[in-house]
Amino acid sequence: MFREITKVDENNPIRFMNYRKHTSIFSIVLLLIALGSLAVNKLNWGLDFTGGTLVEVGFSQPADLELLRDVLETNEFGDAVVQNYGTQRDVLVRVPPRENVGADSIGDQLLRLLQSEVDQDIQIRRVEFVGPQVGEELTEAGGLALIVAMICILVYVSFRFDWRLALSAVIGLFQDVIMILGVFSVLQISIDLTILAALLAVIGYSLNDSIVVADRIRENFRILRKEDSVSVIDISLSQTMSRTLVTSLTTLLVLVTLFLFGGQMIEGFAIAMIIGVVVGTYSSVFTRSTIVLALGISRENLMPPEVEKEGEDLEQMP
Amino acid sequence: MLNRYPLWKNLMVLIVVLVGALYALPNIYGEDHAVQISATRGGEVNTQTLQQVESALRQADITPRGISMENDQILVRLNSDEEQLAVREMLVSELGIQYVVALNLAPATPSWLESIGGAPLKLGLDLRGGVHFLMEVDMDEALGKMREQMVTSVRDRLLEERIRYRGVREDGNDVVIELRTAEDFQSAVTSLRNQYQGYETRTSAADNSIRLVMTELQLQEIRANAIDQNITILRNRVNELGVAEPLIQRQGQDRIVVELPGIQDTARAKEILGATATLEFRFVDMENSLSDALQGRVPFGSRLYPMRDGGQILVENRIILTGDHIVNAATGFDENGRPQVDITLDSVGGRLMSQATRDRIGDQMATVFIEFVATGETTEEGRIEFERIEEVVSAPTVQARLGSSFRITGVGGVQEAQSLALLLRAGALIAPIQIVEERTVGPSLGAENVKAGLTAIVAGFVLVLIFMTIYYRKFGLVANMALLTNLVMIVGVMSMIPGATLTMPGMAGILLTVGMAVDANVIIFERIREELKEGRSPQQAIARGYDNAFSTIADANITTLITALILFAVGTGSIKGFAVTLAIGIVTSMFTAIVGTRAVINLTWGRKKRLTELSI
Repeated sequence: MFREITKVDENNPIRFMNYRKHTSIFSIVLLLIALGSLAVNKLNWGLDFTGGTLVEVGFSQPADLELLRDVLETNEFGDAVVQNYGTQRDVLVRVPPRENVGADSIGDQLLRLLQSEVDQDIQIRRVEFVGPQVGEELTEAGGLALIVAMICILVYVSFRFDWRLALSAVIGLFQDVIMILGVFSVLQISIDLTILAALLAVIGYSLNDSIVVADRIRENFRILRKEDSVSVIDISLSQTMSRTLVTSLTTLLVLVTLFLFGGQMIEGFAIAMIIGVVVGTYSSVFTRSTIVLALGISRENLMPPEVEKEGEDLEQMP
Repeated sequence: MLNRYPLWKNLMVLIVVLVGALYALPNIYGEDHAVQISATRGGEVNTQTLQQVESALRQADITPRGISMENDQILVRLNSDEEQLAVREMLVSELGIQYVVALNLAPATPSWLESIGGAPLKLGLDLRGGVHFLMEVDMDEALGKMREQMVTSVRDRLLEERIRYRGVREDGNDVVIELRTAEDFQSAVTSLRNQYQGYETRTSAADNSIRLVMTELQLQEIRANAIDQNITILRNRVNELGVAEPLIQRQGQDRIVVELPGIQDTARAKEILGATATLEFRFVDMENSLSDALQGRVPFGSRLYPMRDGGQILVENRIILTGDHIVNAATGFDENGRPQVDITLDSVGGRLMSQATRDRIGDQMATVFIEFVATGETTEEGRIEFERIEEVVSAPTVQARLGSSFRITGVGGVQEAQSLALLLRAGALIAPIQIVEERTVGPSLGAENVKAGLTAIVAGFVLVLIFMTIYYRKFGLVANMALLTNLVMIVGVMSMIPGATLTMPGMAGILLTVGMAVDANVIIFERIREELKEGRSPQQAIARGYDNAFSTIADANITTLITALILFAVGTGSIKGFAVTLAIGIVTSMFTAIVGTRAVINLTWGRKKRLTELSI
């Protein structure tokens, strides 16, 4: 039974492109919501980008956060954010960057304070200090990485396929990234360097999808001489549908296990990837195909003389 | 014949997989608790040290699992962590301050594997616990000192040559000299042109000015020197911490990365890393006899100092000048091609030196190196106690009245000259450093991360294996074989590459490649199913499925590889780890999923002439 779920009759393809008006409106609405949330809620930038100090400690019993806040308040750490991390016993304290000298010793001060005032036997789990300048550089490098990745992909796909497919692929990637960031801004999950890694991994993943589809579109334009562009795209999407679903499913399987068992530090990464895989699958089926059609793709665009597929040679053989 | 691989291709697959498995093998042997002994401050690790260690162990009735000497280090493998701590304590008091005894985990890789370069995966700090510091060298300070030095030097020279000038000033990194008359300008040009290494002379007759432009090379050299100097100092400091495998390395223009695995107490680490070394020049007491002093009759106004290469020396208490007047110290060669150390002082230092050496030509001048070494004790306020250790690193004879730049000859070989220059520079902190990033992971969190990562990988893996078997039946089993091989190969390749470390995001990367590696097989298998549906024979369907899928898979993977490379370029630490595992995973998965599965399928189904059905 579940073998048949993804089976599609190629001679009677699903007419995905008939719904392209609806999906476009749906995409635009989602994008507007995401952008709206980004504008209103903003992103919860993590320590890597804002700079500051973060201390994660383990208490021997469930921690009294109110007491902790009081202690910190009376010791000139009124701006510290205190929260549980993972379990009741683990606590994360985050202090925004300080201008004065000795900013690099805030972590030690915090630890000494917690040790003397709250609990003798606290366990140091993690201390992170990021200077404001380093934070700025990481933000810059991160933004740059995303942009460079998109440009490289644009160039590579244009070279291998056609600029229309490349442009639609990159627009789809923008949609993926904005949607992930939108969800992060709604849920106020903190954005750290692993999220950046996840964004780039999503770009890679989502692109896989578009390339598989693009490859099939190109092939079908050559084989199915009588069909129009809309039909060719519908047929291509239908033919690759089972692959799209199976791969998304296996990737989601590992991501969900990562989310469930991978621990706190990798949680954000897993969430970003899960959203990315779902949105990426959607965008490679609907968004990109719709844009490719709007850009006016036709058979002639995909008939470069130099690219000969091995399959075609075989077909001409007796 | 459609689905047959030639013998060489089958053999290649087999060999690649075997090599991958071979290098993944060291990871199953685990690690021994060990202590590592290395020398510092003139100490030397030799067979005598080895015997000393062995006899100490015998006395304490401890039988080590192994003891070896390699690269001037002694490694003692022990049976448990309690034994490790006890032995360390014992050896510290036994060997004394000239040796560093560090706790370590030594891989228990069998020697035959080690001899072919096999080693287990290196774990990142987020998995093994430890401290990561990013330090920034204050280059402005270094350049500022250099500029000041240049301005004074130019002024002195003009004064000496009796050339009147309107002004000598800094402009960026350049020095601008303004003169009043054309004659002064001419003589200044003759005097200054090409006199300063690392500067280009540009003259402008129109406004009687000369500009000494710092060359790009000189700028780079100042930067490199400031970094090297700090790295040297940090390395000495880190030795005090007794860390087994520290990493100290330059990053970018003006930063230094310090990674100290296993260190928990960052406050202590920071204090020790921040401790300073200084340098003093003093005259050797030539009037009183050394042998009297050695017998306890130390004359008033002098003191006995240990020499770095053994022995004692009697040195005056009066300090000529301290190391902070040193601007640079570099190795060079004298007229006879023997190594020497060139020293440059700032203007105040030059004046002091000139005054002091005026009537003491022929005397010896001692260079006293002073460092502060943590004793391991703490004061009542919880601060670490430092012990001041002083030693004479060289005591050359003064040949002439010295100025702001002089040289020390007869220092021995190039090696000795270099280490003296390093010490001289280390004594004069040209450019201070500041910690700009710190990441500490406690050992419990590290262990938890390893456990969580492994659980996630195993669980994700098993789910995918089950799914593939149900969905693609026998072909699914083939894909599963490829997946398992892929995992072994990722581990093998990562163990092979010296710089690759496994980090927490790296573990996510492995899991992600598992998810994505299936993709290649899904594309191929779906294609085969399509071909079958179009009525082709099973053998043809297999061949066409693979052929048609290849370019799709290649394109898809290349784009992912692009993103991995970009991540590697911009990422730091654990993110780089993710990029590395992702990139390696893409390459190995392409191999196992395309070539590997084809080999198995060819061997299983390729030979069957009358194949009517495929289990796909």
